[in-house]
Amino acid sequence: MSQERTIPTLPSVNPVSRDEGLMLYEDMVLGRAFEDKCAEMYYRGKMFGFVHLYNGQEAVSTGVIRAMRPGEDYVCSTYRDHVHALSVGVPARNVMAELFGKATGCSKGRGGSMHLFSSEHRLLGGYAFIGEGIPVALGAAFQTKYRRETMGDESADQVTAAFFGDGTTNNGQFFECLNMAALWNLPIIFVVENNKWAIGMAHERATSQPEIFKKASVFGMPGREVDGMDVLAVRTVAQEAVARARAGEGPTLIECLTYRFRGHSLADPDELRSKAEKEEWLARDPIKRLAAYLTDKNLVSADELKAIDRRIQEVVEDAVKFAQDSPEPDPSELYRYVFAED
Amino acid sequence: MAETLLFNALRAAVDEEMQRDPTVFVLGEDVGHYGGSYKVTKDLYKKYGDLRVLDTPIAENSFTGMAVGAAMTGLRPIIEGMNMGFLLLAFNQIANNAGMLRYTSGGNYKIPMVIRGPGGVGRQLGAEHSQRLEAYFQGVPGLKLVACSTPYNAKGLLKAAIRDDNPVLFFEHVLLYNLKEDLPDEEYVLPLDKAEIVQRGKDVTILTYSRMRHHCLAALKTLTQQGYNPEIIDLISLKPLDFDTIGESIAKTHKVIIVEECMRSGGIGAELTASINDRFFDELDAPVLRLASQDIPTPYNGMLENLTIVQPQQIVEAVQKMVALRV
Ligand SMILES: Cc1ncc(C[n+]2csc(CCOP(=O)(O)OP(=O)(O)O)c2C)c(N)n1
Ligand SMILES: [Mg+2]
Repeated sequence: MSQERTIPTLPSVNPVSRDEGLMLYEDMVLGRAFEDKCAEMYYRGKMFGFVHLYNGQEAVSTGVIRAMRPGEDYVCSTYRDHVHALSVGVPARNVMAELFGKATGCSKGRGGSMHLFSSEHRLLGGYAFIGEGIPVALGAAFQTKYRRETMGDESADQVTAAFFGDGTTNNGQFFECLNMAALWNLPIIFVVENNKWAIGMAHERATSQPEIFKKASVFGMPGREVDGMDVLAVRTVAQEAVARARAGEGPTLIECLTYRFRGHSLADPDELRSKAEKEEWLARDPIKRLAAYLTDKNLVSADELKAIDRRIQEVVEDAVKFAQDSPEPDPSELYRYVFAED
Repeated sequence: MAETLLFNALRAAVDEEMQRDPTVFVLGEDVGHYGGSYKVTKDLYKKYGDLRVLDTPIAENSFTGMAVGAAMTGLRPIIEGMNMGFLLLAFNQIANNAGMLRYTSGGNYKIPMVIRGPGGVGRQLGAEHSQRLEAYFQGVPGLKLVACSTPYNAKGLLKAAIRDDNPVLFFEHVLLYNLKEDLPDEEYVLPLDKAEIVQRGKDVTILTYSRMRHHCLAALKTLTQQGYNPEIIDLISLKPLDFDTIGESIAKTHKVIIVEECMRSGGIGAELTASINDRFFDELDAPVLRLASQDIPTPYNGMLENLTIVQPQQIVEAVQKMVALRV
């Protein structure tokens, strides 16, 4: 069992309207249902390679990305990228088709689970090597500042969010980029999804200072710690960070305390995490939590939520059908996309 | 521009392209206030400001990744490796992202960036500052590799590299920065994918690049006196290779000598030899002869260093042997 931290509570969370509540709920349910379907498809031999599911961490993707301007702001992910892609608005069809390796996939079947891209949705990509997306995200943030300050582009106020795990914060690119982001006051949010484990390496066995948010302070950057199982808390902290970045006030590091409900990947036997630990976190399911909040506050009825669940199930079934029916990439296009001219 | 030193030819290329396109910017260690380790960016920050001539912290992997992100989102970064060898720390970002990302993303993004800087074997700089990196990078899909060798081609090629929509690794040689040449006053841009015929001849085709071009020219003096007439081709593009020019020359001479500073094992010459055998085997009167540097870390001692890299006399002997078909 890896050490438990006290779950932080915010003094207050920003209230959500009924529509916002429904939007957040729908996004999280989509993430969950999509990933469950992936597991099924993987075991049925429809998708291949390493597939890292996001179950349990939905409040982070939804809480942060839906506090941004999807399609305008930039998002950079890791190999655990399906749900980030969905939150930025890449259609479930094109994500599923990519996992099936089809020509209609968001990366045209060239990328696979760990390499989802969509320039249209400003998804900078899924990156399979630990930490390598952080500098890329930094570059997008630099680009925004550059356009504003050297090209006089007043509309350049985009914010970039870089998502990565606890294990990744021990990699040099994390520190190097925190330094440069603070040094140049870049409009970026570093979102650490601390799910306590890096495959089989418990977080506190890998780092001398397990409280990752504190690492921001040495760069003169605000570091926030937030309950990553509470979408409203994540959203509140993210809104503040987005506003700061957009206003030219610089970067923020957000550490979301979260947990993955499945193994590291679908190939992981998941033997190291204790039953007690898993149960404790399963009981904190972010989707159930938001549902309870919305119904308690009488913003929505349980039936309305059930209707969303059903509709999302259809979206996911439709995505599978689309992926299934889509063509394989054209073998004569094997070399396409190596160079910009292709 | 009259007589111009090679580093100033590069500087002029950067300056002209920054002037022409506001999305072009330079980043790297000491490129701004210090002017670059070989003064290629001297005083450009005064003209373009600190953001467009960005002094970065010493964080090769991260600032290279940052350039990839900037390129994906519409800028045209030029990275200067203070010494190209330091970019080994950025190998991940250069290989996985600069090189492969366009393909992996199914064409979602293009990555117009130039990675340039001093490299090659200098004078007694020791192994780590005397790298032959082209061997390491040639295997990366999606990268273009270009080596300049004269002030004229340095300027025209760098301008082309900056305008290219693909990631270009642009090799300069530490010992060539002070070469001088009269450059045209009017603007010119050279093709990135065309080899340069340095000397027309008919006896044997010598394929070379970067500093070894000048060793071949030194050897040529002796060879001409002895009545030999080799054709010398500067490859310019190390990837992709210009097989049109190479093939035409081989069809004429039927003999090939490769002269490179790269390692023998898995170097540019190794790839070239294999490709020539694949494509032009029937044209060859003799096996391709390969003069490459030794497969050892470049030694500090000057005499050992000279033994490590190819010397003009070896080129002379190789031509004599090849023409006599004693190979
Ligand atoms: C450079 C690199 N080294 C090792 C790996 C293998 N690897 C994949 S995921 C992972 C653990 C990462 O943990 P964390 O950052 O906490 O993210 P999580 O998987 O928990 O979301 C490792 C070591 C890799 N992908 N890249
Ligand atoms: Mg983790």
